[in-house]
Amino acid sequence: MPKPAKKPVGAQPDNPQQLILDGVVVDNTWRLLPLGGEEEITANNLAAGKVILPLSIWLELREALQARKDEIGVWLDSDETADLIGDFAQELPLIATHFPAFTDGRAFTAGRLLRQRYGFNGELRAVGNFIRDQLTYLNRCGFNAFAYQGEQSLQGLLDSMQDFSDSYQAAVDQPLPIFRRRALV
Amino acid sequence: MYRYDEQDHKLIRERVAQFRGQTDRYLAGELSEEEFLPLRLQNGLYVQRLAPMLRIAVPYGMMHSAQLRRLAEITRKYDKGYAHFTTRQNVQLNWPNLEDVPDILAELAEVEMHAVQTSGNCIRNTTTDQFAGVAGDELVDPRPYCELIRQWSTFHPEFAFLPRKFKIAVCGAATDRAAIRAHDIGVQIVKNDRGETGFQVFVGGGLGRTPILGVAIRDFLPETHLLSYLEAIVRVYNQLGRRDNKFKARIKILVKALGPEEFARRVEAEWEQVKDGADELTAEAITWARSFFPKPAYRSFDHNHTEAVLRDQAGSEKAFARWLERNTFPHRVPGYQAVTLSTKPTGIPPGDVTDRQLEAIAELAEQYSFGEVRVTHEQNVVLADVEQEKLFELWQAARKHGFATPNIGTLTDMICCPGGDYCSLANAKSIPVAEAIQRKFDDLDYLYDLGELDLNISGCMNACGHHHIGHIGILGVDKKGEEFYQVQLGGSASENASLGKVLGPSFSREEMPETIGKIVDVFVEHRLPEELFIDTYNRIGLQPFKERVYAKAS
Repeated sequence: MPKPAKKPVGAQPDNPQQLILDGVVVDNTWRLLPLGGEEEITANNLAAGKVILPLSIWLELREALQARKDEIGVWLDSDETADLIGDFAQELPLIATHFPAFTDGRAFTAGRLLRQRYGFNGELRAVGNFIRDQLTYLNRCGFNAFAYQGEQSLQGLLDSMQDFSDSYQAAVDQPLPIFRRRALV
Repeated sequence: MYRYDEQDHKLIRERVAQFRGQTDRYLAGELSEEEFLPLRLQNGLYVQRLAPMLRIAVPYGMMHSAQLRRLAEITRKYDKGYAHFTTRQNVQLNWPNLEDVPDILAELAEVEMHAVQTSGNCIRNTTTDQFAGVAGDELVDPRPYCELIRQWSTFHPEFAFLPRKFKIAVCGAATDRAAIRAHDIGVQIVKNDRGETGFQVFVGGGLGRTPILGVAIRDFLPETHLLSYLEAIVRVYNQLGRRDNKFKARIKILVKALGPEEFARRVEAEWEQVKDGADELTAEAITWARSFFPKPAYRSFDHNHTEAVLRDQAGSEKAFARWLERNTFPHRVPGYQAVTLSTKPTGIPPGDVTDRQLEAIAELAEQYSFGEVRVTHEQNVVLADVEQEKLFELWQAARKHGFATPNIGTLTDMICCPGGDYCSLANAKSIPVAEAIQRKFDDLDYLYDLGELDLNISGCMNACGHHHIGHIGILGVDKKGEEFYQVQLGGSASENASLGKVLGPSFSREEMPETIGKIVDVFVEHRLPEELFIDTYNRIGLQPFKERVYAKAS
């Protein structure tokens, strides 16, 4: 069967040395493999250690890499939807979603669906060009890791998570919307 | 109307604090222009031709008198002493300083107001019928649903960075006074055979450079599922809407590209997954939302007596009779009438009011209408619950403050965007065109004879003045750096919605009053007795208008 034509490779996410994980600044222990590398990746030549693969490569190698599944994560580009991972999410330790531009809000939906529909319990990591002011919303959509590549301090990003003490709608962090909580009183 | 509880107050205060921090970081150079842009837009702040513009949310158009007074104070303290009512039932300030905006928002928050999501690529202020709760043709009061939509959409974490702006309108009456099919989602409240409340849902309407009327993707959505269905629609759009070209990013383009059936299929599939989830509108939640819109304490009247008094007053004062005919609207409760205060006297930009006028509206609302008003999408202000016995008195007071121009629904009650006088997007000015046309049609008797006639003006193809759905629509265009105006005929925002057709080559500003004059002449000549402009147009078509307007001078 012929392989589908490769899509053109756009901006790729960075993989900064430090990131925010569960509200603390920690060292990044994962490598992130961008799309469009020179060499073809196979299950045999993939270096040891924790690695985040592009979705297309992970889909090809998933079965061959079963033995290493605790150190294999996946990243979704913004035009790749959560259902492409689907229930496999439950066996993944890490999923990252890419922001090619911070104004591209598709990752918010991907995050919520991974958490709420596909039962993903691992590390949900935002990568790419998101900005500090999106952390509260990302957090509500189920993200617990932020591999921020901009110029602000990570401490500033942490502070921004305290911007809101409550929320109107249900999301990953809140099972009931405010109108239903109020109606219960 | 809806009143904040401690949670609302807290959330809005936290939002003000967040924006204050973002503004500080921007002014300190820590936040780039590009990053600040969507943040300020989602707090109502545009940077315009001459100054920033701040768009303040008026959820589904409702305000109370203390809010009007606060707005008046704010226009004096931070602006030039006037404000502008918009076609999304909101209020705009045209001259605030960027540095002052956090303070303005803090002052607004004290009276339960904000500027959240009045701009930007997110879910905007939900709009509805200005006669909600009082119209005789209303099936169900739409405001509790509007409020639930407001709460669901405010700071929605998943939908703050959509491909493009997203507008929702709800109509609860037989006559569509909210132009729902010109919205990304239009919600029509309906009842099924068993008398249960539900919604007909339209998607993919919108004006702008690709005007399209929304199509129904569901004829009866049970009441409990309103928010889950909206969430499903916006989720499909957020994933699939185009992001490569801002002019093709609205949901209408996606609906057209997939086809309404396929789009509906995807929405239904998504909805199946979420319909019994947290967004369910339980009976308790609906009762709770309704509790904010009780019937005011109406008095009972001898209806025959009040009608007789009104007839006498109208008989002895012709100006009052005109006003009564044009600027009041029947009320479902005997002895009451709804009144529209016109913001469209000749020579004032449509929708503009001064600080003193805002205070006067507050006072009139308190004296005559339980302290509440509604902003209309035609940019006027409604006092919804006026005792008929007090109409004469109210008319005199309204006249004193410049609100009694008896032109509601007529050609001079135009919808008009701020245009090139203020807006950096505009190709042409719109306010001077409106004024020139108002001056041409200053004979009130003639204006009444013409009957209902919607004339809408936009200064560019973004269509803030809704020119596509005016019976007569005017669009400002740029031709080699000069301002010209294209005329369209036959649009309608009613339940029989339609989009106007372009008449032909555009006109200079000087030619506009004369051109509108010729169009009206053709109407008058072809009109059957009492026929409305739109009906005449639909009967005779574009051609007779075209022939007259473009006739070579002989």
